[in-house]
Amino acid sequence: MADSHAPAASGVASDGASSSIGKISVALLVNGARRQLEIAPWTTLLDALRDRLHLTGTKKGCDHGQCGACTVLLNGRPINACLTLVVMHEGAEVTTVEGLAGDGNLHPVQQAFIDHDAFQCGYCTSGQICSAVGLIREGRAKTRDDIRETMSGNICRCGAYPNIVAAIEEAMKAT
Amino acid sequence: MNNFQYSRAQDVADAVRQSAADSSARFIAGGTNLVDLMKYDVERPARLIDISHLPLRTVEETPDGGLRIGALVPNSDLAWHSHVKDRYPLLSSAILAGASTQLRNMASTGGNLLQRTRCLYFYDVATPCNKRKPGSGCSAIGGINRMNAILGTSAGFRRGRA
Repeated sequence: MADSHAPAASGVASDGASSSIGKISVALLVNGARRQLEIAPWTTLLDALRDRLHLTGTKKGCDHGQCGACTVLLNGRPINACLTLVVMHEGAEVTTVEGLAGDGNLHPVQQAFIDHDAFQCGYCTSGQICSAVGLIREGRAKTRDDIRETMSGNICRCGAYPNIVAAIEEAMKAT
Repeated sequence: MNNFQYSRAQDVADAVRQSAADSSARFIAGGTNLVDLMKYDVERPARLIDISHLPLRTVEETPDGGLRIGALVPNSDLAWHSHVKDRYPLLSSAILAGASTQLRNMASTGGNLLQRTRCLYFYDVATPCNKRKPGSGCSAIGGINRMNAILGTSAGFRRGRA
């Protein structure tokens, strides 16, 4: 019988009758490159990026969607990679911190973080930068308070917040 | 989290059919609450039915002056929807006062309504919790409940029947 319920994922079960728990085929566009994965359905996007695609710039902090260290852009919008399953995102576009810089040039947000010393230990930084890129792309934040509110899903335990806000303000002007 | 089967619903009827065929299955949309609960072993579904691709993402006015919100409209899209901002500013403000940008970008409107309690005892499977296991008791009554809204207690509540 043709499996009409699983057009893009060969191992996807469509009914409760005889399916077994197996790996599923998923294709993602990660930082502009098509990546094909055979992966267990309980794998989060975060674990797939780090452990399968070796893109370890995205960090695992709390692993519960509270700290923002795992923030990546999914189809251009910041999300917590730890709280979503990679099998749900067939065909999606994922941008991690590794995908932001251009030919020999840092992304304006990355450069602004360096110029403003917007980090101490750096563990939260890739998530902060991905959130900031999403913030600028959406274009809704206008004031420092807007930046603080929009960035509130990214925790910095070193307390680099004043410099993070300053960096984002400058990058907003530059883009 | 536990191992599970994964299937994708093709349309609403298919989602209902798949759910009816497997009582241990859960729907997954944004996943921001369900995946978290699965990581704590509070939820251990044998199957996840992915409904996130279904075409339930529109916000529209109804002829009688109401608003129909698709179950899969992300919290962000609802909060920033021009009509919602203009005519339902309280709804917009309430959504933006909750969670974070990242969570609102994933969380669905239907899932928002279906969220489980954030009580830490509900999340801690080593402690009694009437919501997680009816009749087991409520650890929050005598425990850490500063962040909880416990609006009185009763014998019925302690037995999980309230």
